[in-house]
Amino acid sequence: MLVPSRAGRWVLWTVFALLFLPLFALPLLVVVAASFAGHWSGAFPSDPTTAHYAAAVHGESLQALVTSLVTAVVASLLALALGTWTAIAAAGLGKRAKRSLDALLMLPVAVPSVVVGLAVLVAFSRPPLLLNGTSSIVILAHTLLVTAFAHQSVAAALARLDPAYEQAAASLGARPSYVLWRVKLPLLLPSLTAAAGLCFALSMGELSATMMLYPPDWVPLPVRIFTATDRGSLFSGSALAVVLMAATLLVLLAVSRLRTRGSYR
Amino acid sequence: MAGFVTPVCGRIRIGGRDVTHLPPHRRGIGMVVQQYALFPHLRVEDNVAFGLRAQKAPRAEIPGRVAEALEMTGMGGYAKRYPRELSGGQQQRVAIARALAIRPGVLLLDEPLSALDAQLRSGMLAELARLHRELPDVSLLYVTHDQVEALTLADRIAVMDKARLQDCGTPQELYRTPRTAFTASFVGSANLLPVTVDGSGDAVFEGRALAVAPVPGRAVAAGAQATLCVRPHLLALGEGGPNTLRGRLTEVQWRGATHRLRVEVSGHLLTADLPELREPPALGEEIALHFAPGDAVLLAAGVAGTAGSGATSGSSGTAESSEPADPAALAGASEAAGVSRG
Repeated sequence: MLVPSRAGRWVLWTVFALLFLPLFALPLLVVVAASFAGHWSGAFPSDPTTAHYAAAVHGESLQALVTSLVTAVVASLLALALGTWTAIAAAGLGKRAKRSLDALLMLPVAVPSVVVGLAVLVAFSRPPLLLNGTSSIVILAHTLLVTAFAHQSVAAALARLDPAYEQAAASLGARPSYVLWRVKLPLLLPSLTAAAGLCFALSMGELSATMMLYPPDWVPLPVRIFTATDRGSLFSGSALAVVLMAATLLVLLAVSRLRTRGSYR
Repeated sequence: MAGFVTPVCGRIRIGGRDVTHLPPHRRGIGMVVQQYALFPHLRVEDNVAFGLRAQKAPRAEIPGRVAEALEMTGMGGYAKRYPRELSGGQQQRVAIARALAIRPGVLLLDEPLSALDAQLRSGMLAELARLHRELPDVSLLYVTHDQVEALTLADRIAVMDKARLQDCGTPQELYRTPRTAFTASFVGSANLLPVTVDGSGDAVFEGRALAVAPVPGRAVAAGAQATLCVRPHLLALGEGGPNTLRGRLTEVQWRGATHRLRVEVSGHLLTADLPELREPPALGEEIALHFAPGDAVLLAAGVAGTAGSGATSGSSGTAESSEPADPAALAGASEAAGVSRG
């Protein structure tokens, strides 16, 4: 649209394809190719097999997938609740207080997540809050890491929300809590689902903090992928990675369908 | 008024009740704003029922009152639609129905018609005038920049300029005998001429004495500077009576039913709206205009306001009844609506 001539547009599209396809799409395609490979010694994989997938959806791997899904769902719901709460609370604060709250929530994101993992591990390894060795500590760390994103996107949506809705509702005799549940939250629903999707995707892929914390009976899929490739099982690791990718994309797709149904304009 | 801003000083009373420190949801006012603010996620009927549900009205009463409010604004057939499926005018009707459903003591209308096009606006104006007649127990506070809306709807008009009250009175008072030059030029257009008052109460304009009928209680001291206000449509062509002004015609606008003439009289530009002229005078011609003494008003100088400052001003039409709203009376009014439509 911005380039008027046909030739100019062709050149631009070509440059775009050359720059972005190798960067964004090709590595993922290579993983897919590797997941079907029996051997890969030349330029292309050989001995196509589905054995890696058969292993990837059974036993401990399946367990890891379920673990990852449960962790991500619980963590993103918690993060969504916390982030929405802080965003709504921040809307009523002064500029300075709002900035401090933003900074506080961004802290776990700004700090390397290995450090966050270690900090959570040390903090919750002795009474009164002994969470070490339980699944809760993994979920807690994930919640810590993604709440900032939920907060940011809900706060942005809240700032865009026309104050006329809130005022109209208040003038009709609705108490602030009624306005929140019946007007604000329904109007924010599209942003809430978007925020939930983002948190879910981030949590599904979280590795470094999880590595510091996971108990033997709560091994999320990224950890399993890491250990598999670390052992040298590159192809079964690839199959697990494809399963992780597919599961994440499926959930995101479902969330975005929910979102289109819930949008009003 | 609605409670979204806390006043620095002064009190706000509605029907004698001090609401200055009450939050918006406890003030009992209905509010209609310029951009409607209908809840996009609710159907029309749920929008109208919103206030009733929020105030925990008996569940059995809600459908009846929703239907009644929608019927009153002529939106009865649209209950199942979403706001996005309605036109601007229809949305505004729903917004009014939503505000009326809670049977407020005061209905606050903040420039409700300014987002509509001219034709819809005049239709809605007639509709609002009908509602105002049929709901004598609901006070309407109507904020507008449009003097026609104010004059049509209001029992009393308060003129505001730069957040200050300039004038307050019935539409007739403000139109016929404005107190300030600002009111005169804002509520209808006006010719304003600088004059001096002589001993006999006549206004002297550039050496010519013009007779002006005095307004009771508003004497202007002899020798004082004052402003003479004459409405353009009260000027007539030709000589007649004691008040004749002569000048050179500088502009002629044909507006269908009227001709608007601009005449330069001793360096001052006068506007005259005359019933359509068969043969309007030629540009540059020397013509005479006259007006009756009863059609002009003397505005004492120093009563604030210049005609040029109208840009930031608003005028608010206040239509008030002394009684606070009572549900039985409102129900009666809506029955009347049914009768008048039948």
